[in-house]
Amino acid sequence: MALFEARRVTKRFGGLTALHRVDFALEQGIASIIGPNGAGKTTLFNIFTGLYAADDGSVTFRGQPLLGLRPDQITALGICRTFQNIRLFSNMTAIENVLVGMNSRIALGLWDVLSHSRRFRRTESHLAARAIALLDRVGLQANANAVARSLPYGDRRRLELARALAPEPALLLLDEPTAGMTQGEAGTLMRLLRGLVADLGLAIILIEHNMRVVMEVSDRVTVLDHGEKIAEGSPREVQENVRVIEAYLGTRGAGPRGARRA
Amino acid sequence: MIQVPLSVGVVAVSALAVAMFPRSVLVFLLFQGSLLFVYRARIPERLRWSLLAAALLVLMPVIGYFNSYYLEVATQVGIFVALALGLNIVVGLAGLLDLGYVAFFAVGAYSWAIFGSPHANIILGGGFPLAGWWFYVFLLVGLAVAATTGILLGLPVLRLHGDYLAIVTLGFGEVIRVLANNLDKPINFTNGPKGITPISRPPTPFGLPYGEYFYFLALLIVVAVVIVNRRLEDSHIGRAWEAIREDEVAARAMGVPLVRMKLMAFACGASFAGVMGVLFSAKQVFINPESFTFLESIGVLAMVILGGMGSIPGAVVGATVVTVLNLQVLKGFSLWLNELKNAGVTVLGYSLADLPTQFEPAKYERMVFGVILVLMMIFRPQGIFPARRRQRELGG
Repeated sequence: MALFEARRVTKRFGGLTALHRVDFALEQGIASIIGPNGAGKTTLFNIFTGLYAADDGSVTFRGQPLLGLRPDQITALGICRTFQNIRLFSNMTAIENVLVGMNSRIALGLWDVLSHSRRFRRTESHLAARAIALLDRVGLQANANAVARSLPYGDRRRLELARALAPEPALLLLDEPTAGMTQGEAGTLMRLLRGLVADLGLAIILIEHNMRVVMEVSDRVTVLDHGEKIAEGSPREVQENVRVIEAYLGTRGAGPRGARRA
Repeated sequence: MIQVPLSVGVVAVSALAVAMFPRSVLVFLLFQGSLLFVYRARIPERLRWSLLAAALLVLMPVIGYFNSYYLEVATQVGIFVALALGLNIVVGLAGLLDLGYVAFFAVGAYSWAIFGSPHANIILGGGFPLAGWWFYVFLLVGLAVAATTGILLGLPVLRLHGDYLAIVTLGFGEVIRVLANNLDKPINFTNGPKGITPISRPPTPFGLPYGEYFYFLALLIVVAVVIVNRRLEDSHIGRAWEAIREDEVAARAMGVPLVRMKLMAFACGASFAGVMGVLFSAKQVFINPESFTFLESIGVLAMVILGGMGSIPGAVVGATVVTVLNLQVLKGFSLWLNELKNAGVTVLGYSLADLPTQFEPAKYERMVFGVILVLMMIFRPQGIFPARRRQRELGG
């Protein structure tokens, strides 16, 4: 049984089929999903994390069906994500952002909070220590009390990663984590991800446009185009796949891409 | 350290001044200002809180002995501080714009008004009003009923945001008021626009006069509300609320249970209003739907915004400023202008006595209040005491 498995996932927006019977499975390590803009990569993430409801198909995580669960339930099961267009809690500090991510791991009732019970104080100090450790891991410990919106772009990306690690996920979904980064910054981030896989046994699904990153870091690559899976395999296999080359560069002599499916 | 004798001195002098001029609004404002000064002064924490406690627990009741109206003002300030703190949870922390907040206040008030007066006899036969000590039970009943009402309001509006949510809550506030206005038939629950009276008051300990009694009770509730508010804010619940305010989608994806947290925000916010509603109805002895109009909701919202959204000291100061403005400053201003008019004072060769009635100063009260709000929003949009983080963000 695979750690994470999606079968025949279909999603329609009105007349547009955003995803058509997409299969996807991940056992461990880092899998990348690539494809041209509008291929349906982020839609797939949104279905995996419960933000969208799929029209058809099934998604299972450790054998447990995910479709129909709320996003917070899916997070509690051990899947967490980052967003393409960084969605931090801008007016909260870095450490508070990470603490919010731990919400699903807190078993405190209203009474614990109001009475400041020993359990509450112990939990809070434990959470704070863990949050600092996570910030440390992504290299933001010095900025723990900085308001998220005041951080530079690269730091915000890394803070989002720390926040996504806060619920102790077994599977991490990263939506273009290196977008807007220099090649050097992207390299640092990838080393960080590799470290996470090695240290925590984390599985990662990566949506990425930076091909150098994809080829370097992925164990497997899945290619989407117009909502369909057109190729899958090791980075090398995918790189040499004819349909993939077509999808990215267009078919020789076939006219504009859009005409192909019309 | 010069601030230590200064703080003590300011409080002492202003208290003395009130004792000497118990009728002067300006002197009473000076006293209130001295408390604000102490709150902000750079003095040891223990001294700060001792001074504030002494002023609120001893000086204020003594001032009330000289001029009982001031005690009434202070009690009303207490009521509105609790309301502002409750709304601050919903609007300031969770970011759910609620324009019908006074409905929860009404629910609390009516729960004691009905059972604490002979009115319940009409519904349930005999045996009412309940004995005075039931009032204390009803402080909790009012809390529970208001919290439940908060959840009932929360359920249908869970999917709404921003303007849509505001409109629905506005409608909800009106629904409660209209219900209170019309539920005198077929079964007379609320006695309609005529209102309910006489509402029982609890027996007071140590034979305390009711003015002092309600002042102390309001103060006690405010202290409890502040503590509850602070503890919620500094917990995973408060962080979840703020996360929802900042980005609902991201909050859900990070494991925040949206439905539970939103309902909790509505329930917590409403419960404070419910408790104060019970106190209000006992204090007033008489209530009718007029006390729970849309304007009251807006008033409480103005307190939260004026004070600084999401900030506890902000809500306290905002409620104080708005209440004092409405009850004292603007009234005093009107009276003063009227005196000028009656005395036939001339300004630039124009006798104020000739002023047509349309320009009567009393009619400017709301306008002056509006202008103050507008100026505040232009020159200090973050509020008087902005929330800690907001301050950094805007102060940059």
